[in-house]
Amino acid sequence: MNFKTKLGLGILAFFALIAVVGEWIAPYDPSAMSDDLLSPPSGAHWFGTTMTGQDIFSQVLVGTRGVMVVGLVCGVLATFLSILVGVTAGFLGGAADEALSMLSNIFLVIPALPLIIIVASMLPSADTVLIAAVISLTAWAWGARILRAQTMSLRRRDFVEAARASGERTWRIIVFEVLPNLLAVIGSGFVGTVIFAVMLQITLSFVGVISLSTWNWGTILFWAQSNQALGLGAWWWFVPAGLCIALLGTALALINFGIDEYANPRLRKVRA
Amino acid sequence: MTFLLRRALFYLVTLWAAITANFLLPRLLPGDPVQAMITKLGGRLNSDAMASLYVLFGLDRNKSIWEQYVDYWGSLVQGDLGLSFTFFPTPVADVLAQSMPWTLGLVGVTTVIAFLLGTLLGVYAGWKRGSWMDNLIPITTFLSSIPYFWLGLIAISLFSVTWPLFPASGGYAPGLVPEFSGEFIGSVLEHAVLPGITIIVSSVAGWILGMRNMMVTVTAEDYVLVARAKGLTPKRVMFAYAARNAVLPSISGFALSLGFIVGGALLVEMVFSYPGLGYVLFQGIGAKDYPLMQGVFLVITLAVLVANLLADIGYLLLDPSTRREG
Repeated sequence: MNFKTKLGLGILAFFALIAVVGEWIAPYDPSAMSDDLLSPPSGAHWFGTTMTGQDIFSQVLVGTRGVMVVGLVCGVLATFLSILVGVTAGFLGGAADEALSMLSNIFLVIPALPLIIIVASMLPSADTVLIAAVISLTAWAWGARILRAQTMSLRRRDFVEAARASGERTWRIIVFEVLPNLLAVIGSGFVGTVIFAVMLQITLSFVGVISLSTWNWGTILFWAQSNQALGLGAWWWFVPAGLCIALLGTALALINFGIDEYANPRLRKVRA
Repeated sequence: MTFLLRRALFYLVTLWAAITANFLLPRLLPGDPVQAMITKLGGRLNSDAMASLYVLFGLDRNKSIWEQYVDYWGSLVQGDLGLSFTFFPTPVADVLAQSMPWTLGLVGVTTVIAFLLGTLLGVYAGWKRGSWMDNLIPITTFLSSIPYFWLGLIAISLFSVTWPLFPASGGYAPGLVPEFSGEFIGSVLEHAVLPGITIIVSSVAGWILGMRNMMVTVTAEDYVLVARAKGLTPKRVMFAYAARNAVLPSISGFALSLGFIVGGALLVEMVFSYPGLGYVLFQGIGAKDYPLMQGVFLVITLAVLVANLLADIGYLLLDPSTRREG
C-alpha cells in the first residue's frame, strides 16, 4: 500500500470517527441560538457563528453523521444492484445482456440531478434513509457497466469452463468463480458510488429539497446561501463545510487510485 | 451506418423512458401538490390551462391510466407543458424557450473547452509519465472533489466581493436590453467568466485523469513502438498514433458523463443566478412548481441526447472499425 492510499484511508477513518462521536464532542447544540451573531472564528467558536448565533463547528461535527450514513447506505445498495445487473448481463450474454445493458445505459444517459430533485420534492417526508434509497436507484448504472465488461472477459476463461464442465450450477459459478475475480472492480465501484452519493446528498440539501431538520454539510451551506453569507463577507460560514466535502471526496478518490493501481500495475508511479 | 442507427434507436428508447417517467412520477408518488396549487390559484386559471394541467398531472380520476397516457403524449406533441406557477401565467414552454439559449451557450461552450483542455493535458501527462506532470493528478483530484456549487460560492466571494473584478450574478447588466450590440455582448461575456471558469475547473480533472491512464496503456502498445522505430517525429507518434487511439474511451465516456456534468452546471447557474435552465429549476423548487421542474427535466434530457448523438458521430469519424458495414 503506498502513501496516497494510506492518506486516503486515514482521512476516511477520521471522518468515520467524527460521524460516530460528533454528537457527543460538539461543544454546543447545533440549532441553539446565542447572542454571538455572525462572529468570525474565535476561541469560543472555532468556526465562528451564523446569523442567529449558532455554532458552526458544532453543526459540522453533528452533520458528519448524516453524510457518512447516506454515503454508506447508497454505496452498499447501489453496489449490490450493479453486481446483480452487471454480472448477470456479462455472464449470461445474449438477449438478457442486451436488455440489461440498455437499462443501465438509459440510467446513465438521463441526467440524474433534475430527476432526483423532482422525486425528492414530491416525497412528503424526505428522511435520510429514503433519500439514500432514491440516490442508489440512479447510482448503480456506472458500476454495472464496468462489471459487465469485466465479467465478459472472464466468462470464457479455463477455470470457468472447468467449473461448468464439472456440472456446477450457474449461480454457484457466478458467486464462487467469477465474483472473487471482480473484487477490485467492485471495490472501486463502491468507493466511486459513495463519492457520487455524498455529493448528490449535499447538493440536494443545498438546493433545499431535503428536509432541513437534520444537519448535514449541505444544510449548513443552504443556510449560508439563503442568508447572504457571501455578501456579508462571512466566509467562515461556508468554507469549513465545503472543505470537509472536498477532503472526504479526495480521500475516497485516493483510495480508488490505490485500488486501480493494484489492479493495473502499469498505472503505478515509475521513477523517471 | 448501422452503428449510428443503433445509437439513434437507443436514444429514442431513452427519450421514451424519460417521458414515461415524467408521466408516472406524479401519479405514483403520494400527495397531490398540483391539485393544491390549482385550488390556490382558483379563478385565475382559465379552463384551457386547467384542462392541460389535468392531463399532465393525472388529476382526472375518471380516465383509465392508458387514456391518460395517450392524452399526455397528445399534449407533449403540441408542445404543451402546462402553466408555470412561479412565472404565472406564462406557459412552461415559453419559460424554457427563454432560458434554453443561456444554458446551451454557457454549458455547451464550457463543456467543450473542459473536454479539449483536459484531454490535451492528459495526453502530455500520460506521454511524459513520471515527470512533474504526475503532480498535477492529486491537485486536480482535489479540485474535482469540490462540489461545483461550492467552488462557485468561493469564486463569488473572492472575485466579486473581496476583489470586485466580475459581477456575481445575472446574465447581463440589469439596464441593458438583449440585442446584437457590442455593449450587450460584452456584458454577456463579462457575466459568463466566473460561472464558466467554475464549470471548467471542476470538470477538467476527470478528462485529464481518464486520458492520462489511457495514454499510459496505449504507449506500451507495439504499434507505438513501431512508429517510433520508423523514426517518426515524437510529436507525430504522440498525437497521430498514441493519442488518436487513447481518446476513444474518452469520447464514449463523454457521452455517458454528460448527464452528470450538466447536472453540475445547472447548480453553477443556481449559485450565479444565471438566467438559464438551472436557475429556472431552482426557482421552481422553491415554489414546488412541478410543471416547470418536469419541463426542465425533459428539455435537459433532450439536449443531452442530442449532444450524445453528436459525440457518436465524432466517434465514427475517429474509429474506422465502427464504420464497417454489417
